[in-house]
Amino acid sequence: MKKVGVIGAGMTLFRRRLQETGKEMCFEAAKMALESAGLTRADVDMVVNGTAPDAFDGVHMKGEYLLDGCGGYRKPYTRVFTGGGTGVFSSIAGWWHVASGLADVVLVVNEEKMSSCQPHPQSVFAHIWDPILDRPLKPNLIWIFAMEMNRYMHVYGVKKEDIARVAVKNKRNAVGHPCAQLADPNITVDDVLNSEVLAWPVQRLDISPPSDGASAVVLASEDFIRRRRIKDRAWISGVGWCIDSTMWTDRDLHFPEYVARAAKQAYKMAKISDPKRQIDFAEPYDPFDYKELHHLEGLLLAKKGEAPVLTREGVTERDGDLPVCPSGGLLGVGNPIAATMGMKIGEVFWQLTGQAGKRQIPHEVHTGVSQAWGDLMQYGCVMVMSS
Amino acid sequence: MTERISHWPGIELSAADLLEGKVTQTRFRPNAKYAWAAGEAMSRFLEELQNGRLIARTCHGCDRILFPPRMFCEECFRPTDAWTYIRDTGTIETFSISYLDTDARRISEPILVGVVSLDGASPKMGMMHYFGDMTKDEIRIGMRVKASWKPREERQGSVLDIRYFRPLREGEG
Repeated sequence: MKKVGVIGAGMTLFRRRLQETGKEMCFEAAKMALESAGLTRADVDMVVNGTAPDAFDGVHMKGEYLLDGCGGYRKPYTRVFTGGGTGVFSSIAGWWHVASGLADVVLVVNEEKMSSCQPHPQSVFAHIWDPILDRPLKPNLIWIFAMEMNRYMHVYGVKKEDIARVAVKNKRNAVGHPCAQLADPNITVDDVLNSEVLAWPVQRLDISPPSDGASAVVLASEDFIRRRRIKDRAWISGVGWCIDSTMWTDRDLHFPEYVARAAKQAYKMAKISDPKRQIDFAEPYDPFDYKELHHLEGLLLAKKGEAPVLTREGVTERDGDLPVCPSGGLLGVGNPIAATMGMKIGEVFWQLTGQAGKRQIPHEVHTGVSQAWGDLMQYGCVMVMSS
Repeated sequence: MTERISHWPGIELSAADLLEGKVTQTRFRPNAKYAWAAGEAMSRFLEELQNGRLIARTCHGCDRILFPPRMFCEECFRPTDAWTYIRDTGTIETFSISYLDTDARRISEPILVGVVSLDGASPKMGMMHYFGDMTKDEIRIGMRVKASWKPREERQGSVLDIRYFRPLREGEG
């Protein structure tokens, strides 16, 4: 298996509505990633596109639709889709293209344009539910999170204010992010606790916003990186992914077992036996504030029920012992589903190469983990990167 | 990134820009309709709902009683073995008090919704449904509940043949 590095990253602004089409956003992000790596499209052997449900853009075969903007024209090109998990999974797919020896350079481009769907992208989220068991009840996607959050709070006795601290931390971290949609330097725990109740226990500021945006990363083999003398690179040292049954009403929602399995796979490959000691910072998937806590436990970076305590004690702040979502995460930067790769893979690359600017973790970091989550509380994928 | 890049692409639009036609745009309303054959397991499940009963499948491989019923066991990866009725009582595993409808529009009377694990099925196996005959202040995880069925003539072979799950009354099993 060949050693693979991330050598460039790019992203557009994340906003509720962007004027650019999906293709145009892909082009902008892809061009930025290639330029930051000092490459052109001619250097790219293969292209991977990641994008979530076709129904948001309203174009079926969205992978083909976005192809030209992704730089995939007349090249081996594949679209991958694992729901919200696509934010990390497309880079895993890019990794195996290079690790297998098939390609030296792979461009990964993720896109989401949620504003096209009227009146609100929620309407098409209804189509992810089982047509016989769930859909007659007219579910709203937020119910998933509300039910999981309530179960998590109940089992571990977690207080809402400790969960709200995650939203505060991430929206404040996002202040240093040039693409952020919902950065807020002054937000407080009370703001979150007093925000509109949408589906209790979920309140408005517990949630990341729907967004338009695109992001891209460039992956290359060790041989290529040495040959071209590329200095800014972060090595992919472990990958893992796992999915649980669609029968989500048959499992206890307090712990994401599938994330733990994905993490164990990635850690084994990265030769990490003690993740709490060996991982310096994390970018877990945070579409909702409690999900960061849930995922830190799934990633085995906290014991079950311990992540809220670490948050309260400041351990997960940017200058804490285990910085979590130093990018500002989905809560602060925005949630164009697959394009969140910019805060997961992109941020870990920028942090490990010292390019994160105002968001740079103030102490030295060598190993970071990113994780994404999707489908009906089912899908976890994990990537470990090292400097 | 950050220091080296001076321009971050993207032109922001407001809701009004789109709704009031201030930007060039095009519109399309899909007209997609679906009819699903319910399959073996779900056909029997829906038929039994019309009879006011919940049915499951047993698997002799893992000795589980699988609900919702399925014709194969995802754990043992073998066909399931037999039909068995379970009870219409259970326990609230989790819930939400929703002020949003399916399109994220605000509603003033909240929907009580959650997961019920059902008595007679293997532990933690259940279904999502509404809760009724209780207030948002009364509902709690661990509460014992029972299905409130629609009158027989109104049942149509749908999960909505159960109106909601209501608190289990004293003396009810």
